[in-house]
Amino acid sequence: MSTALQLAIVVGYLLLALAVGLVAYRLTERTAEDYYLASRTFGTVVLLFTTFATLLSAFTFFGGPDISYLYGPEWILVMGLMDGLIFAVLWYVVGYKQWLIGQARGHVTLGEMLGDRFGSSRLRALVAVVSLFWLFPYVMLQQIGAGGALAALTEGAVPYWAGATLITGFMIVYVVLAGMRGIAWTDTLQGAFMLATVWAALLWILVSVDGVGTINAGLAETAPEFLALGSDFYTPQRMLTFAVSIAFGVTMFPQVNQRFFAADSETVLKRTFALWPILVVLLFVPAFLLGTWAQGLGIQADIAAGENVLPLLLAEYVPAWFAALVIAGALAAMMSSSDSMLLSGAAYYTRDVHRTLVDPTVSDDRESRLGRIGVVVFAGGALLASLWVEAGAAGGGTIGAVLVDIGDLAFGGFAQLALPVIVALYWRRTTRTGLTAGVVVPQLVYVAFNFLPATPVGLPGLGDVTLFAGAYFGWGVSLYCMALGLLVTVGVSRATTAAPEEDAALYFEDLAD
Amino acid sequence: MVSRAETSGWALAVLLLMAAAIPWFLWGDATTIAGLPLWLWWHVGLMGLAALVFYAFTRRAWGVGVRPGGERP
Repeated sequence: MSTALQLAIVVGYLLLALAVGLVAYRLTERTAEDYYLASRTFGTVVLLFTTFATLLSAFTFFGGPDISYLYGPEWILVMGLMDGLIFAVLWYVVGYKQWLIGQARGHVTLGEMLGDRFGSSRLRALVAVVSLFWLFPYVMLQQIGAGGALAALTEGAVPYWAGATLITGFMIVYVVLAGMRGIAWTDTLQGAFMLATVWAALLWILVSVDGVGTINAGLAETAPEFLALGSDFYTPQRMLTFAVSIAFGVTMFPQVNQRFFAADSETVLKRTFALWPILVVLLFVPAFLLGTWAQGLGIQADIAAGENVLPLLLAEYVPAWFAALVIAGALAAMMSSSDSMLLSGAAYYTRDVHRTLVDPTVSDDRESRLGRIGVVVFAGGALLASLWVEAGAAGGGTIGAVLVDIGDLAFGGFAQLALPVIVALYWRRTTRTGLTAGVVVPQLVYVAFNFLPATPVGLPGLGDVTLFAGAYFGWGVSLYCMALGLLVTVGVSRATTAAPEEDAALYFEDLAD
Repeated sequence: MVSRAETSGWALAVLLLMAAAIPWFLWGDATTIAGLPLWLWWHVGLMGLAALVFYAFTRRAWGVGVRPGGERP
């Protein structure tokens, strides 16, 4: 099967998504609320799939199977606890409350919602700037993944830079045209497509190797410890750190957080809440099992050198056209994350930064145009940065490692926002100063611990203590920073009094039926 | 309106689900059933149960703790 055919499948898929976007564009009103939130009209299926597809990324098809290939399938448990349970509960605790407030006050972004309650445009801009800081590398992550996937599929005929540029250019066109409504529709298509391809791949491989017995026999030889729960890699501390910090991080990711505002009714929120655990199992069990099975089938993938195991496994066991379909599914995963991130990034910038700090007089119509310009600038900047990163890492081209590193930092960064926001949503004595400190302090500490070199410090009575390490007693530093954010928000709120512009009733009495 | 006792019950149920999502009592266990680890089957079953519990919650107690007046003092 030629490279041309594989490319044709991928391009055909992209065109289909574009067609859906164009139909949505015809229905789009020229208002910011419609462009960013589809006028709050999402039903159950669309909200469920758009949130789901938005959450998923290159990690589902590359990073995750790679980890399962190297260390065993326990990552499925982490994903289940994280996305199926903790996130579902936060969907209720954070999402439902945000939806109620947004319905009452017409908010489009998290910063807007907080700025309104605390009477502070500076707080509003602060939340947006912090979010954009973490969003940017995460968009890069998707582009790096897309470039790598196309390069692997075509065996280098489409080089990394061309693949990343193609996907980015495509996304800019359809995000600019389609807005939230088009994105949600393509997400629904993409989510269904991902589920179908990953199950088809699993069954295809099962049939072609005569069942799971062959695979387990292979595992017993190459990696006998894989089927036993836990290992040196999968410690309870590591699994819980990831599950907790990523689940909290997800709720503060702009593209997920904005979807809390977009539900059509309470019924939609209820149904999606109950369906979460099912959807998570349906996707992650097959995707990550494939990684472990590749180990049992003796697939040789040099993950450290930037190879991904899933394309290699498919090349061995399924026809090229089908492998191309699965890679299109992976691209779908990346695009459905990136397009939403671009749109949300633009919303945060135009509404919370530009409108509050630069030009408060922007009209609604001009704002939706400004948002579209923001999409182009944000996506183009991220593309340049990811091309630069890959050029710098040219020696190894370690796509998988880069993905996991940056992605993990972004989730942890967003997780730092979650507890201060939850405190603000549920504790009426939260003050503007308290929340501001609760946002700023853990961010600074988290960044310091991740970017400054680990430094041993001699403390009297304690001996040597390592400052700026990534984990203490096995628990990741993001958890400590989250606890710090909680303490700072509550402590500073207690020590200060509410400013006259603050209006706590917005989050409490005003919501009573 | 949901009583305070029922509210605590829901909170407890959710905490138990989270605590049991990773079957800690099977730590190190490599038993397989139909080719897949027992701990994986446990997890899949538990997620199904979680969906049922969540569904029951949306029918009986939705709004509790979030919407003012959703809980009887």
